[in-house]
Amino acid sequence: MEKGGAMLAKRIIPCLDVKDGETVKGVNFVDFRSAGDPVALGRAYSKAGADELVFLDITASHEGRMTFTAVVERVAREIDIPFTVGGGINTVADVERLLAAGADKVSVNSSALKNPDLIDEVAKRYGSQVLVLAVDAKLDFEGDNDAWQCYVNGGRIPFGKRLFQWCREGADRGAGEILFTSMDHDGVKCGFAVEPLHKLHEMLHIPVIASGGAGCREHFKDVFDKAEVDAALAASIFHFNEVPLNELKTYLREEGIIVRI
Amino acid sequence: MEVAVVKYNAGNVFSVINALSRLGVKAVLTDDAEVIQNASHVVFPGQGEAAGAMKCLRDTGLDKVILGLRQPVLGICIGQQLMCRHSEEGDVDCLGIFDTDVKRFVVNPDDNRWKIPHMGWNTVTDLGGFMDLGHSEEWMYFIHSYYVPLSEWTVGATSYCDIKFSAAMQKDNFMSAQFHPEKSGDAGYRLLQHFLKL
Repeated sequence: MEKGGAMLAKRIIPCLDVKDGETVKGVNFVDFRSAGDPVALGRAYSKAGADELVFLDITASHEGRMTFTAVVERVAREIDIPFTVGGGINTVADVERLLAAGADKVSVNSSALKNPDLIDEVAKRYGSQVLVLAVDAKLDFEGDNDAWQCYVNGGRIPFGKRLFQWCREGADRGAGEILFTSMDHDGVKCGFAVEPLHKLHEMLHIPVIASGGAGCREHFKDVFDKAEVDAALAASIFHFNEVPLNELKTYLREEGIIVRI
Repeated sequence: MEVAVVKYNAGNVFSVINALSRLGVKAVLTDDAEVIQNASHVVFPGQGEAAGAMKCLRDTGLDKVILGLRQPVLGICIGQQLMCRHSEEGDVDCLGIFDTDVKRFVVNPDDNRWKIPHMGWNTVTDLGGFMDLGHSEEWMYFIHSYYVPLSEWTVGATSYCDIKFSAAMQKDNFMSAQFHPEKSGDAGYRLLQHFLKL
């Protein structure tokens, strides 16, 4: 293989939860004045070497949705790396509104499980490249080769569908990427769910983004080396600067993983 | 300085306009031949499908307007592909500024190293022409399923699927990028800044 330019960089993706237009989680990463502003935080991450950003709208109200759309417009104006938006996307009209506001991609989760045709409709209208299928799942069964169960409504309600079966269906229907969050690993900071992530990488021909479980820089190395995923997403370890983004990328490069620096 | 961004059925152009605004220049999205001809610089952006895009350019006469431009022109993504002779996407004849053909990435379905589209950050090497920003390589953001092979007009090369292809091209005042400078962070910013100084 030719050296240089032969492989895509592994992507590091900070995720920001946004409620009523403000970043939810506390932040040590930027100075206090801008800590609540998702655009300021996104810009700081971009400067530190983030390859992409995810903004997740966790507002429930209609007013909150409109506030979020305004945030998306500001992100598009001010930040020059690709970004995905998710949360509360139930219809093609929601997708239309967020893409028109300048989002590069949208992620769908519960709404796609409840109405899989949404995937086909969005992919057909805007292309697969705009659609990230986010899946929250938990290892609920034993002695079964598809033992992870998908959950809806922010991981509160088991849905019955199995992870691998659903991801394959999602890819067949036109999803452009899979973002898998292991609920068993999320928040525990003991590493990503390497095994199911590797299986997803092996069985799918679309990029897989690992989410849930990052606690230290070695966890990123592990998930890229062992699960061979294309990207890794994390929230709190970046927000609290437990793993500074620029140091993470330098470390990964030293470990032989292709990253953009 | 007034930059014209060519308006046709080529999908999302907000990001290009936003990037130009961040550089402090006035950009107009237009399909008006006179405005395009009188602009100091022209950006020919695009996301979309080649055959439909070419039909739109022919129906509106914008194909001839673009071919006649003498100021710096920058084609982006499908813009670069439409500046070639022919595209496999929809088997369509294109503008023919670059006398070379656009091909589709072909991947063995058992080979999981390569996923199509080529999406994400990759390095651009062999830099020359308008791509010469003083570095040996630049990281840029790509998203595409078709590519332009290397040719005498290549001023930046990238490898994917074991193929080294044209990441950027230049012929006289016509320049092009397969990647999205408007989404490529600082490297893309510097490139657009450089283009606007030409």
